[in-house]
Formats: sequence, C-alpha cells, structure tokens
Amino acid sequence: MIETLGIDVRGTVENTRPIPPEVYREMGLNDAEYREVVEVLGRHPTYTEVGMYAVMWSEHCGYKYSRPVLRLFKKYREALDGAGLENAGIIDIGDGFGIAMKMESHNHPSAVEPFQGAATGVGGILRDIFTMGARPIASLNSLRFGDLDDPHVRYLFEHVVAGIGFYGNCVGVPTVAGEVYFDDCYAGNPLVNAMSVGVLRTDRIALARAAGVGNPVMLVGSGTGRDGIHGATFASVELGPESESRRPNVQMGDPFQEKLLIEATIEALDTGFVVGIQDMGAAGITCSTCETAAKAGTGMEIDVNKVPKREADMTPYEVMLSESQERMLCIVEKGREEDVGAVFRKWGLNAVVIGRVTDDGMVSVYEGENLVARISARSLADECPTYALDTEEPEYVRKAHNVDLSKLPAPDDCNAVLLRLLSSPSVASKEWVSDQYDHMVQTNTAVLPGSDAAVLRIRGTDKAIAITTDCNGRYCYLDPYVGAQIAVAEAARNLVCSGARPMGVTDCLNFANPEKPQVFWQFRRAVEGMAEACEFFDTPVVSGNVSFYNETPETAVYPTPVVGMLGLLESKDHRCEQAFREAGDVIVLLSGQPILSVDHSSLGGSEYLKVVHGMVAGAPPSLDMAAEKRVQDCVLRLIQKGLVRSAHDCSEGGLAVGLAECCISGGVGARIELPAHESAAALLFAEAQSRILVSVSRDNLARVREAATAQEVECGEIGEVGGPRLAIRVDSGSVVDLGVAELTEAWRDAIPARMVV
Amino acid sequence: MKFGVVVFPGSNCDADTFYAVRDVLEQPVEYVWHRSTDLKGFDCVILPGGFSYGDYLRTGAVARFSPVMNAVEDFANRGGLVLGICNGFQILCESQLLPGALTANVGLKFICRYVNLRVEQTGSAFTNRCRHGQILRIPIAHGEGNYYCDPETLARLEADGRILFRYCDESGETTESANPNGSLGNIAGIMNDRGNVAGMMPHPERAAEPILGSADGRYVLRSLVSALVNA
Repeated sequence: MIETLGIDVRGTVENTRPIPPEVYREMGLNDAEYREVVEVLGRHPTYTEVGMYAVMWSEHCGYKYSRPVLRLFKKYREALDGAGLENAGIIDIGDGFGIAMKMESHNHPSAVEPFQGAATGVGGILRDIFTMGARPIASLNSLRFGDLDDPHVRYLFEHVVAGIGFYGNCVGVPTVAGEVYFDDCYAGNPLVNAMSVGVLRTDRIALARAAGVGNPVMLVGSGTGRDGIHGATFASVELGPESESRRPNVQMGDPFQEKLLIEATIEALDTGFVVGIQDMGAAGITCSTCETAAKAGTGMEIDVNKVPKREADMTPYEVMLSESQERMLCIVEKGREEDVGAVFRKWGLNAVVIGRVTDDGMVSVYEGENLVARISARSLADECPTYALDTEEPEYVRKAHNVDLSKLPAPDDCNAVLLRLLSSPSVASKEWVSDQYDHMVQTNTAVLPGSDAAVLRIRGTDKAIAITTDCNGRYCYLDPYVGAQIAVAEAARNLVCSGARPMGVTDCLNFANPEKPQVFWQFRRAVEGMAEACEFFDTPVVSGNVSFYNETPETAVYPTPVVGMLGLLESKDHRCEQAFREAGDVIVLLSGQPILSVDHSSLGGSEYLKVVHGMVAGAPPSLDMAAEKRVQDCVLRLIQKGLVRSAHDCSEGGLAVGLAECCISGGVGARIELPAHESAAALLFAEAQSRILVSVSRDNLARVREAATAQEVECGEIGEVGGPRLAIRVDSGSVVDLGVAELTEAWRDAIPARMVV
Repeated sequence: MKFGVVVFPGSNCDADTFYAVRDVLEQPVEYVWHRSTDLKGFDCVILPGGFSYGDYLRTGAVARFSPVMNAVEDFANRGGLVLGICNGFQILCESQLLPGALTANVGLKFICRYVNLRVEQTGSAFTNRCRHGQILRIPIAHGEGNYYCDPETLARLEADGRILFRYCDESGETTESANPNGSLGNIAGIMNDRGNVAGMMPHPERAAEPILGSADGRYVLRSLVSALVNA
C-alpha cells in the first residue's frame, strides 16, 4: 500500500509531504493528533516520524486516556509533578536494600500467539527490573482464561503456561506465585499479567537518563529484526476476527540471550561507567531514545545503519519501531565505551555505539548521511495528547444488585457443593501450573506456591519478603470501586497471613475499550477504589501498567485491576503458612464482623452463586477497611509473637473452602461447630471479607483471645484440628463430613482432568 | 580442599551451588568460567544446573564443546571428583563421561517439585554419608530428565552398584507413580565405573537448609567432603 501511495519510506526531513490519512490512521493516529504532529514539527512528518509519533502516542505508551485518572494514585501524581517516574518502582526495606517491582500485561500478544506472547511478557518485565540495577529474584503471573470446557481456551491456557515456563525456567528467575481464574468473559481475550521483583542496593540505583552531552549511546544485546513492529499500537485496539493476522506483531523471546543480558548488565553497571540505561520494550529504540533524553533534558542523535540487524534491507521506520526482544540502550561515560563493551562481549552479546547525547533536546535519526527524523524528545515522550473520556454507569450494575438472593433454594447437600467448589478451576489446586515453573532456583523460596503468598529470604539480611497478586474480576464487574478495594485488602491479608507487613503495590489495570463510557466508568471507579484503599492500608502504588481494549466482538473482559503487593518480614523466622499442623490445635476465626452476620445477600458475587446457580449477581461483599485493618494488625502481631501455628484468609468459596484448604495442605482433618443460622449456604460459602482462620495451640489460646479483644477483633473459636475428615456441624447437625483424601482429590485433580481430553 | 563450580553461558544454578558449598559445607569454592582450560588446584568440580546455551539444540549438546569440558575430561581421567547436577548431568552424558542419555519427561512437561529418592549405594564418594535405603527429600526441576540407556549398560550399572539414587514413594517403594519423568528403573543418579564422576537430576543444593523445605541435600554434599578428606 505504502508504495502505491507514493510515500518515500526513507524520506528525509528536508523534503516532506502530507502523509495520507489512511496511512496515519492505520498506524493508530487520529486526524487531530496528526494535525498536532504537523504543528509541533512545523512541517509534515517523514514516514519514520509519523510511525514514531503513532507508537509513542498510543494508549499503550502514552497513556492518553488513563493518565488523567491515574493521577488519583498519590505517588504517580507526585512523580508527574516532581522528579519523574523513574525510581517510582522501588521500595526501601532497610539495611541498604530496596525492592524493585513492576507488573505488565501481555494480553493481546498472548491471545494470538499464546506461547511467545506469554514468554515475552516475562522477558519484558524482567528487563524493567534489571535495568534499574536490580537482580530479579522472583516472577509472578496473574492469568485469566475462559471456560476450560472450550478447546480453544485449553489451547491458550496450555501454551501460555508453557511459554511462561519456557522463559522463566531458562532465565533462572523463580516463578513463585500468582493466580489463575477462569470465566467466560476472558474466552477470546485472556489476560496475561507478568510481574517481576528484584533486589538492589539503594545507593546504586541505575538511572534511565541520557545525561552528559557527547556521551556515547550504545545498543547492547540482541540484533534488531522486523518482529513486533507496532506491537504497542496492536495493544491499543480491540481484538477481532482479523487479529490472527497480527501474529507477526508478536515478538519472539530468547531467554538465553536474556540470561546473558541480565548478567552482563549487572556486571556493566558495576564498572561505574554506565551513565544511564533503559530496556527496550514497547516502541523499541524510539521509546528508549526519546525517554532517556527527555528525562535528562538532553537530545540524542543516532544512526540506524549502526544498529546490528538480523534481517536485510530494514528501513529506518522498521529499525525505530522494531520490538525485538533482549535489547538495552546504554549511555556510557565518554571514553569508556571499550570498558563497557568488553563486559557485554565477554557474555557473547553485541555492544555497539549507535549515536551520542546532544544538547538540543531533539531525537535525530540518521540513515547514514540522511536525516530521516528530527523530533523534540519531550514531545514524543511526555506530550502525548490526553483525553478526558465520558463515563456512564452501565445498566447491568443496578440490575445485578437488585437480584433478590433470598429467593434462592437452599443447598440440599453441602458435601456435594463443597466438592464442586473445590473442583471449580478458579478455586482448585494450581499445581498443574506451578509444577511447570521452576519456583526454587536461586534458593531463596521459603514458602513454595500454594499458600497465601510466596516468601523469599533476602540474602545478607535476616529479612524476608512476601509477594502476592490478587483481583476478583467478578467483584469488580459488579462494583468496580468495592472490587478494587477488596483486591487491595485481600492482597494485604494474604501477606499478613504469611507473616509480612504490607509495604507497597504494583498494579496492572485490565479493562475493555475505554472509548465506551461504560468501560471508562468501570476504570475510573476501580482506580478511585484502589487509590483510596492503598492510602488507607499505607501500601502506595509504586508502579503499574494499564491495558485497555481487552474485548472481542463477542464480549468484554470483566474490569480486572490486578494488585501485586509486596510485604516485609523483619525476620524470616516469622513466616507462616496456611496448613493446619497439629492435632488438638484450636481453630479460631478472627474477623471484622461476627461470624453470624452473613445473610443471603452476602452471597453476592460469590463462587457459590456462579458454580451452583450459574449466576453472577448481587453486590460484592462489603468491605469495612477499618475493621479489615484491625484484623490484619491483630493477626500479624500474633504471628510475630509465635502464638499461631497457621493462618489463612477466607476468600473464594468462603469459610468452608478456606477450612478445606487448611486441611488439604496440612494433610489433616478438622471438627467444626457453628451456631444456628438461617442460611447454611451463607454461613459456609459467603465470601464476607476481613476473615482469617488461624490454628492455635491450647496453651496460647488465652493470649490469642486477649489480643483479639484488645484490638476489637471478633474471635470465634469454631473447632479443632485433627482426624482424617473435615466435619462441619451447624447447630449440632452435620452439614459437611468429608475425608481429607476426598477433598484433596477433588481439589488436586480438577485442572489436570480437564486438560486431558 | 577446593571446589570449582563451572559457569556455562546459561547456567543458572551456579550461584546456588556456590552458596551451598561456601555457606553450608563451609569449604573454599571458586567459579570456573566456561572458557577456562585449566582445573589445577581443584579437588572437586561441580557442573551446575541451568540451561547452558539455552539448551535450544538438545540439553547439554552445545556445552560439551565448551573449552572447559576438555579440562573436565582430563580432570576426571586423573581421578578428580566431578558431580553434574541436572543440566550438569545432561552435559556429562553428552560428553560420554557418563553412560546413557536424558530424554524428554514422559509427560512432556517441565516438572519442578520435591521428590523422594532412595539411596542405592552408600560406598561412593557421593553417598558415603547416607544410609543404605535412606529416603532423601530433594527437589527436581527439569524438562528432560528421563534417563535411558541400553539393556547391557543398565545391567552393568546394576551389577557394579553404580546406580546412586532411584525415585521412590514416601515408604521407599520405587513405584511407577513415584517416577516423575519416566526414567528407566526410576534412576535419578548414577556414577561412572571408576566411581569419581556422578550425575543426578535432583538438586541437592536446593535442599541444603531447613528454610528451603529440606536439608537432605547435605547428605550428598557432605559425602563429597568426606570423600576428599579420606582420599
């Protein structure tokens, strides 16, 4: 098409002509944005330039729709108004150490090419971490798929997990935790959110700045190919029938190169000669050159002919937009090119000077002698037009809330319901997934996958960190504000159950097409809820990512604002797991509200309602943040004092599933006595918030009671650990009586059984 | 006594192994770069786990041509102790320092989990701190750990007592369901006929401290020290 329109793909800035609308629109720019480009440049853009603008001004890179709303996050607002976003992703854990963490989506690539899409998602987020000078120590994944009865969904699930394993296992960073949910709304548009966590010395944080006029600019790592051109633009449109043709937009991952790049980068930073460094993800060389220059208030000139390539005859446009993986841009102290280059070459990697830092604030791109682009770095990196989109509360919300749940028939066999819930893929064991990931390499993993959060020791200290990801998309669909708050509260609760004090959040905000007012309403409400909860729990959002357009012609995904949260254990010996351990221990439910306060309406948004009645209705569980905080503070202190032997939060599937999980992981049963209640379903399966199950030795029981009373936390002594069965009685009548072996089988076999078809 | 841990491009258990020797065994240890051609001064060389050269061609197939492997071969021929863990085992088989081959797991999936191993031989440099029939809880993490060799080789391994570990269940039975990858005879680790080169798929360095869920890997690591002390 380009040639027939008479466009010179190697055109220079001296002699430009109007770019036809069909060309810039295809790249993702609208007419107003194109006019703005012409105004900024004072001329029409070259073909290379229009491509650079289109990709930097996409939602994926420029956050043109989300930025105004993201200002609700305190740290983000402060960063935009102050020092910039650079070091935002680092949490100080004392002793001179910091934790860098970030989460990012790779949804659209994974929808069309699940193996490589997921693999490169892992690779991309790892680079975000080690580019700061942090050694990656853990990966997590938050995944959403459709119903496993659908063969295409099984294909996506199988290959996404394989892709994550392929990359993570080879690169030697343990994949320690995460979550997987299944719901029809994700059938054609799975969510693949990858999170990475690294540790660094706080006095040695690497900066993404092109400082020092005259300093050489080096490209290190893999060669540049035609893969992934306009990947960022692809992420900024809905998926459709023609999306399959987008497979060439998906990058290819090479975890071996990445492993070398990690070691070489950390070693190169140790030389002290690297002035600035930035990884290349979306928008490749375009993004890394303009962002590093904009941050330092400098400019940069580069020559695309000097870029090592793996394909012949690449145009400047292709080189500038390629999203080839495993590359970094390095700004090096003048005269030290050889010292830095030698480190990369030792590891068998390219390290080539492609340009230099200038003082004119412009990104100038040469192809040999020809100047094919000359754009203000700031205009590309920071001056993407933003839009205030309309919001409108969708009709379904009120309808769903008005459904009268008291009319539902009571379950006649709670044993059967419990087994069905345990074998619901969203609740069931994820060992089929975690077994495919190396979760132990680096030998820091102190709590393996399967408990409330992963715990890793921090070498050189007595400390450990706990990490988790959480989000119940169904709650967020029914009420994005409350759902997002619950995501924060539950993440914090999981960390507390592991013995950690919650410290900070990275998020990945997955939504449908924001240009639809109902979707933008969901987005705005979710961010409001999350921002408020993060301030309340003192867990600031330090980094994050927005992924829009997660929809197909058939359906839109649930609003899914995933929370990745970090917690700190001052002593690694404070770690705690969910498994019941000693027969005779008393089982105590510590909660914000009395155990009997649940009623039919508490079943809103529950797994029970979905699995047993096929309904997504009601309002999600309510959240009293003050009560939640009291429960968490109480449990954390009990764990730190060594007064409880296990701790587990009640989430999907309610109290009954929570108890079953403690039994399964401990390989031991429990006898539970609950008082009379109007609804056994609500008592057993409602997902009321702020509830934590702990097991306590009889010797410590009095102290646990005292602590709960002192902190105004409800303390329900509901039973005792022991025996081979989980037996739950309500008002002295048996409602659940199942062998732990039977519970375990239902829970453990659910996903493998569905994957063998 | 000095240990060497070889670093191939793509090794990723090199640091874990280094720490286990330095901090748990409390023995001197150095990294050995894959271009190194001299192993003078070392008493034991460990080829660690990971994905040498990405394992893109076939596990261990490229690493065997690394310059250091000539040195490892000389070292072994002179009687030096060599232990290959996971990818290291694969490299030793590719180099024919150990018999047989490691093929794709029967389930065709990568598996990372704790398994039980039954100690089959306690008279070796790698297992002298174990009891015969002792069950060790040590994790595996591999996609290609399915040990295979021809029937004659297997018969020789059995007859010579060169099978060090077999996958077993909690009671020590070497059942099919306790075999995670389809290995012939549930074999998890073997040694050469001279008894100075061994390979094992499970990772003893990952089970060397209680905080990691098991300290059984120390039995293997400490056996190396005992063997060197008594040599």
